Amino acid sequence: MTNLTASIPVLRRFDPAVLTAFGCIVLLLLIGSIINENFLSPDYLLQQLQVGSFLALIATGMMIVVLLGQIDLSVPWIITVGGMMSTAAAGWGPLGATFAIPVGVLCGLAFGLLNGIGVAYLRVPSMIFTLGINAVAQGFMIVRTGGFAPQDMATESMNALATGRLIFGIPNPVWVWIIVGAVTVFLLRRTVFGRAVYAIGNREVAAYLSGIRTQRVVLAAFAISGALSAFAGALLAGYSTKAYQGMGDPYLLPAIAAVVLGGTSILGGRGTYLGTVAGVILITLLQSILSVVQIEEAFRQLIYGAVIIGMLLLYGRQNRAV
Amino acid sequence: MTDRALSTGGTGDWRYWLGEQRGTLLALAVFVVMFVIYTGNHQAGFSADVITTAANKGVLLALVAMAQTFVVLTAGIDLSIGMIFVLCNCVASYIVVGTAFEATLGVIGVLLTGLACGAINGLIVIYGRLQPIVTTIATGAAFFGLALLIRPFPGGEVQEDLADFLTGQLPGGIPASAVALLVVVLVIWIPFRRSMLGRVVYAVGSSEPAAYMSGLDIRRAKFAAYTLAGLLAAIGGLFLTFVTYTGEASSANANTYTLNSIAAVVLGGVSLFGGRGSAIGAIFGALVFRTIGDLLFVFDFDPLWQPLFLGIVLLVSVCLGSFRLIRLRNRLDLFG
Repeated sequence: MTNLTASIPVLRRFDPAVLTAFGCIVLLLLIGSIINENFLSPDYLLQQLQVGSFLALIATGMMIVVLLGQIDLSVPWIITVGGMMSTAAAGWGPLGATFAIPVGVLCGLAFGLLNGIGVAYLRVPSMIFTLGINAVAQGFMIVRTGGFAPQDMATESMNALATGRLIFGIPNPVWVWIIVGAVTVFLLRRTVFGRAVYAIGNREVAAYLSGIRTQRVVLAAFAISGALSAFAGALLAGYSTKAYQGMGDPYLLPAIAAVVLGGTSILGGRGTYLGTVAGVILITLLQSILSVVQIEEAFRQLIYGAVIIGMLLLYGRQNRAV
Repeated sequence: MTDRALSTGGTGDWRYWLGEQRGTLLALAVFVVMFVIYTGNHQAGFSADVITTAANKGVLLALVAMAQTFVVLTAGIDLSIGMIFVLCNCVASYIVVGTAFEATLGVIGVLLTGLACGAINGLIVIYGRLQPIVTTIATGAAFFGLALLIRPFPGGEVQEDLADFLTGQLPGGIPASAVALLVVVLVIWIPFRRSMLGRVVYAVGSSEPAAYMSGLDIRRAKFAAYTLAGLLAAIGGLFLTFVTYTGEASSANANTYTLNSIAAVVLGGVSLFGGRGSAIGAIFGALVFRTIGDLLFVFDFDPLWQPLFLGIVLLVSVCLGSFRLIRLRNRLDLFG
């Protein structure tokens, strides 16, 4: 079902989906500037990038998993695990406070590894297994926070990383995004792992027969996704100064939508990181416009779902099956 | 429910039937064992009240699990099922009120709401050619927005005579909800399974290219599956209103029912790869899942640990299929 011409690098450079995504971004900026004149000010746009960078971290992990032809639905509660475990670590004393973020990321990594084992080795369909892990992660967090109240306040360093502006007045999370993005682009384009991800997404049997240890690659991809989600959770906790249950719930649909709107095939094997960047900006701008317009929260969610379906229909359609 | 057209007839018949219904029978057996343990350890014992309460809770999940079955049989998945369920609950809390006639019109309105939601999913999946999973996550957000729009705060009411009748007991202590579920099975599932349409749905789930090559109408089958899923979710939502007497746009409820419907479907022996299993299996899967929760309650299991325990049950049950890996002769079959 994968279009063969699309896997030729020269053609992929001009992926029409990515161009459409950037076109939509320009359109949204225009609409936004009509609604509110401050919309195009550099400060407001930087703020949007800052908010978008949390989504970007999650979408980066999601993209690698989607490139494999899988999906990660455990994102909501792994984000919460990342937020809650890093704030909890801060309550263990000075050593815990220093390693607060790594502790959160490691917990996310552990859940990601479980996802990978289920999908790669037990061969359970990823959308089911990751849903199950999501439920288990939720169960763990309920057990943790139900009996007693662990520390849920973010540390100074988490606050600083999520809200500060260290260099050139650009928010720190945007720098984090740039670094993670650069590493991801390097990983996908210049390493054996990256080529293997695309190969498995196109056809896992073929990748296996050409000597790729496909199961390890899938395991690693889910581990990366878990770690990045948890990292985003730790940053979100820093951004809102505390971790709470359900903090990850609003991020599943945007993450998947950002990846798909960025031109990554949901069936795997095709997609660029530039597209995901475009998708993240697109979703963030859409959310910000909807929040600028004075309407009820319920109506906002309705429009949001409808617009995403509409945009997906515009160019996210897969080629005719059979 | 034997597929006589495919069987060779004679002595091979029952063996074929047994092979086909293995998942359903297994779920039935597990349910019976667990339910006996449950009632045996319940303070009130094996009484009509205990069974009615259990039935009312079980039927809710059973209806949503039946809804999920239709879509899973086509090798798709519907992650908006819990949202349709909650939306219909909110709608029902407005229109299923007043005189018997008005309430009947209201019930029809709720069912139409569910049908419309399912039809939207179906149309987007078929003509939009989007993946079911992406489609239903996005439509689910929209459906939930709609539910929140009409019911920003929990409230509303429902026609009490109807609600009390359907959640109460028939003469002889038989729970009315169980009878209602039986009626749904007899009126919707059995005719569907025996119809040409039902066969096509199974064929599409088994192998879409093969179904296409045989000239079957794939689009009609998929549309029917998604629409019927919406209808059953609506019946579930209606029933939720009868049980709680209110409408509530609860995202926790929506997510839990979506997740549990998948767990129930898997426990009931329906293959997530499509084309295998039956809604009756899913019903028993749902009852098993609910009884696990009840058992935890009877044995004084800390309620705090319940979500974790149920999550692990879900995870283990989806891993049960992995036993097939042991029997693989060729490593390449791993990727099949």
